[in-house]
Amino acid sequence: MKKAYVKPKTLKEAHFHYCPGCGHGIINRLLMEVIDEMGLREKAICVAPAGCGMLLYNYFDIDTLESAHGRGAAVATGIKRVRPDNLVFSYQGDGDLAAIGTAEGFHAANRGEPISIIFVNNGVYGMTGGQMAPTTLKQQVTTTTPLGRNPILAGHPVRICEVFSMLDGTSYLERVAVNKPAAVIKTKKAIKKAFQCQLDGKGFSLVEILSPCPTNWKMGTIEACRWIDEVMAKQFPIGVVKEIS
Amino acid sequence: MKKLMSGNAALGEAAVLSGCTCYFGYPITPQNELTEYMAKRMGELGRVFIQSESEIAAINMVLGASVAGARAMTSSSSPGMSLKQEGISYLAADELPAVIVDMVRGGPGMGNISPAQSDYLQATRGGGHGDYKTIVLAPGSVQELTDVVPLAFDLADKYRNPVVILGDGMLGQMMEPVSFDDIKPPKEYPKDYILTGAKGRPARMVRSLLFDTKEEEEHNWKLVRKYQRMESSEVRYETYLTDDAEMIVVAYGIGARIVRGAIKRLRQENLKVGMIRPITVWPFPAAAIQEMAKTVHDFFVFEMCAGQMIEDVRLALAGKGHIHFYGRPGGIIPTPIELYRIIARHYYTAARRKK
Repeated sequence: MKKAYVKPKTLKEAHFHYCPGCGHGIINRLLMEVIDEMGLREKAICVAPAGCGMLLYNYFDIDTLESAHGRGAAVATGIKRVRPDNLVFSYQGDGDLAAIGTAEGFHAANRGEPISIIFVNNGVYGMTGGQMAPTTLKQQVTTTTPLGRNPILAGHPVRICEVFSMLDGTSYLERVAVNKPAAVIKTKKAIKKAFQCQLDGKGFSLVEILSPCPTNWKMGTIEACRWIDEVMAKQFPIGVVKEIS
Repeated sequence: MKKLMSGNAALGEAAVLSGCTCYFGYPITPQNELTEYMAKRMGELGRVFIQSESEIAAINMVLGASVAGARAMTSSSSPGMSLKQEGISYLAADELPAVIVDMVRGGPGMGNISPAQSDYLQATRGGGHGDYKTIVLAPGSVQELTDVVPLAFDLADKYRNPVVILGDGMLGQMMEPVSFDDIKPPKEYPKDYILTGAKGRPARMVRSLLFDTKEEEEHNWKLVRKYQRMESSEVRYETYLTDDAEMIVVAYGIGARIVRGAIKRLRQENLKVGMIRPITVWPFPAAAIQEMAKTVHDFFVFEMCAGQMIEDVRLALAGKGHIHFYGRPGGIIPTPIELYRIIARHYYTAARRKK
């Protein structure tokens, strides 16, 4: 019988620690599928973040370093400058890249470092229990915005792709999602494109992935997937934000 | 052959000759000449130089370069060192080698750009969060600054631990004749922990997160055992006229250089004053001070701060003897004559007390 799906070789035999309905598991699997398909298992170096993605090395059968919160792009810069022939990517959440590590991400992008950032945007600090993230939507309730995010007091949701698109060092920026099968397929293509951009020496690439966090959004898993299309994508439009050929 | 160079530039050349292939830095006085020297030299040699967006980014680039297998260095001064502490803690926890230069200036806060020794405790107590230590080398001349650079890289690789070179604004800025003839080509260290892409081998992970408390405790004990090995093998100090001394001055770095001038004058008047100068301020030469305390009662601590190393001298003496102290904080540099007068006054008071 023909197998419709095979688990990627580079994904270890371990149970994900992610909550039910979380997007990280899908993104982890996609990354390893892409690594396998592009034959990059022996070339890839991953920089894991602080946050829900910090245990990537339990799942990825590739060289991995766990970085301090927000410093992924600086660490990846150091690795890539020493090993320009390796594929170097950091995996960062919205608190990691859009709050505490904005400077590191912004300037790596501005220098056009040939690294790739996999930016998981779920609009909350997941691991710490659902506090407001820089990407939390206006009026969205979190544990630190119990009455909803009031932009007068707590600012506005940050659109990283659009901000980075203003920097001359960036080559490929795309926003995708993992809330439905068609979107997952597009996400995989975007990751492939980002890695190819790096391998071709074109410069900095980033894929922003809208990812469900039903636990902290206090939603059912299907409701969370719908909410991405109906609410979140209005603030964070899906699509290629910048691509330099 | 000797060249006339500033401490900062000489340090840069010594790092180049010691096989430093990556330098990351952010401008801050009084160490800018080092960053500028590296910008020029690393560029000429096709090595890695990045002027980073912050001290935090610089130390994390060092961490990335180190985990990729390179000899990497960053440098800063007091306020910038505070920012680097996060990264130094991670380097220690990840057991990654790195060399970090601190050309101390007056503090706290923005302070000023004058030479000071007020970051001794930050440097010798780890400085960041968690149970960790870094070897801290405190040279007292441009030549010695040059000499400790290859040593710093070797110790970092030997122990897989960050090493700090603790200078100050004077050491960085002043020019002295310096020779690089003794710097040998860098040794090869086996690096079975670095990330290169898992080619023909199992994947590696470098991390400091250990959710399992037992595992975390064992990791911390492993680090402690490493620090104990450093304490038993890496203590370095110099003694000056201690054989017949009735009072021993404890001073380090540029402070010790000023003390030396003061002692020359004191000796001309037959005051029996000597000096012990820690070259590693961590690990501290506590055993040497304890040994001296068998015959000497009076120890005089001089620092260009309000008193930080005095804590280590107190710990070393463990209640024995008598500690005298003179300090000048805020970037004030006392002259040898000033020190000579102060030490003499303490010496005569101690002599009267003995009668």
